[in-house]
Amino acid sequence: MSTQIMKDGKNWWLGALAIILALIIWQIIAAYIIRYPFILPAPTDVAAAFVTLVQHGTLWLDLQASLVHFAIGLVLALIIGIPLGIAMGWNRRFDAFIDPLIELLRPIPPLAWIPFAIIWFGLTAWSAGFVIFIGAVFPIVINTYSGFRGVPRVFVEAGKMLGCIRSRDLIRYIAFPAALPSVATGIRIGTGIGWMCLVAAELFGVSNYGVGQKLWWYYNIHQMDSVVVYMIILGLLGLSFDMIFRYYIDKHFLKWRTGEVA
Amino acid sequence: MGNLEIRDLNQSFTRDDGTQLVVLDHLNFDVRDKEFVCILGSSGCGKTTLLRLIAGLDEARAGSIILDGEEIRGPNPKVGFVFQEYSLFPWRNVIDNIAFGLEMKGITKEERYRSAEHYLGLVNLSQFKTSYPSELSGGMRQRIAVARALALEPVLLLMDEPFGALDAQTRNMLQKELLDIWDKTKKTIIFITHSVDEAVFLADRIIVLTPRPGRICQIFPVELKRPRDRTSVEFAQVRREVLDLIGQHCSIQ
Repeated sequence: MSTQIMKDGKNWWLGALAIILALIIWQIIAAYIIRYPFILPAPTDVAAAFVTLVQHGTLWLDLQASLVHFAIGLVLALIIGIPLGIAMGWNRRFDAFIDPLIELLRPIPPLAWIPFAIIWFGLTAWSAGFVIFIGAVFPIVINTYSGFRGVPRVFVEAGKMLGCIRSRDLIRYIAFPAALPSVATGIRIGTGIGWMCLVAAELFGVSNYGVGQKLWWYYNIHQMDSVVVYMIILGLLGLSFDMIFRYYIDKHFLKWRTGEVA
Repeated sequence: MGNLEIRDLNQSFTRDDGTQLVVLDHLNFDVRDKEFVCILGSSGCGKTTLLRLIAGLDEARAGSIILDGEEIRGPNPKVGFVFQEYSLFPWRNVIDNIAFGLEMKGITKEERYRSAEHYLGLVNLSQFKTSYPSELSGGMRQRIAVARALALEPVLLLMDEPFGALDAQTRNMLQKELLDIWDKTKKTIIFITHSVDEAVFLADRIIVLTPRPGRICQIFPVELKRPRDRTSVEFAQVRREVLDLIGQHCSIQ
């Protein structure tokens, strides 16, 4: 246990060292080689821009707007994706019915839906949410489906022998918990892809605020240091979503998945 | 009660080319209440098929299976099943696995835990109450599976080579423990095995099946007194008789 902590500690410091080195190299290149902040703002420029943005900017309003867009997309993807994946995984006829349609829609890039998002939902948070929904829903459907397909037959039969007979109970008590690691993976991938759609979903002016919207706006007024601030915010938020998920997955599944082929 | 009657049981599957593969052919036998019966046969002789029919997990082509006067037509709480594979639910800890059947019956948490703890004690694993299946050895998992099947208080316990994947020492220990449990709970047990040694050690009667199609070759009563000593001369004698029987009459023609 203690060696494990030491090992992790060592790795952690190595990672931090890489970030510090990258910042130093970036600073040197920006300040002494390129010397033109429009092409490459230096870390110090970015830090100054960040302070200005916190004091005078609309950082909090942007975060709020983006989280609303993201929440709309993700919640819709969960509400539609999980039941759809369950139905496809549990019922072969439904799978045969709906699968070709899904396989046809899935390769269409989420951003290609932007024109119809605007026509259907107008320049509202809902149209940004819709694009994020398209990005997030397919990984959730596919992983829920494959999780249900992969439920070992012996679990279902053991459940039946113990009085869990009705489909509804078998799904709730056997198949869903057995498929949950896969469902969680789908949600994690869906969250990541949905987040990547966010900037594009906000580019077409669905609101006056939003992390993606501001990124574009500061580009238009040539404040590239502020653009970098918003880029970093996007990265850090995406990272924290992923970490929250990983923490949740580890906490709930690790204790029963150790020793299993995952 | 746990009287089982098997009448004219037939099972066959249709192959891809449309021909019939007969797996079980006109099986007839009875199992008396509180009896320990081993079904012995080589792999592919339809042992598991037979047990799944008795469990109600599959439907027979013809014939009937009657438990205490009632025909079996699907999974039934009066019948418990211990699978050959590890079948504990990995997302539930030991006590919640054992209590699963009681939970399905809508029994309160307090009451089902009390009952589950009793059966956990019966398989001598009380200290692993809150462990997860992945933390247990193969032998322990099968003991918990036995406790889980018993928790619903079935009259008939079906066991499909439950100790097949275990090493010889663990296997011998679990056989003894199973006989203890059988003695305490007085269930009717049908136990599938391909090990003559295991069958002679456990069974009141051994039903020997022939392979392809599965027919009853002979029903062999084991008259040895319990507890049985597998190193004794009498034990070796019975084992030889069963082996001879299989070699002469019950193997592939």
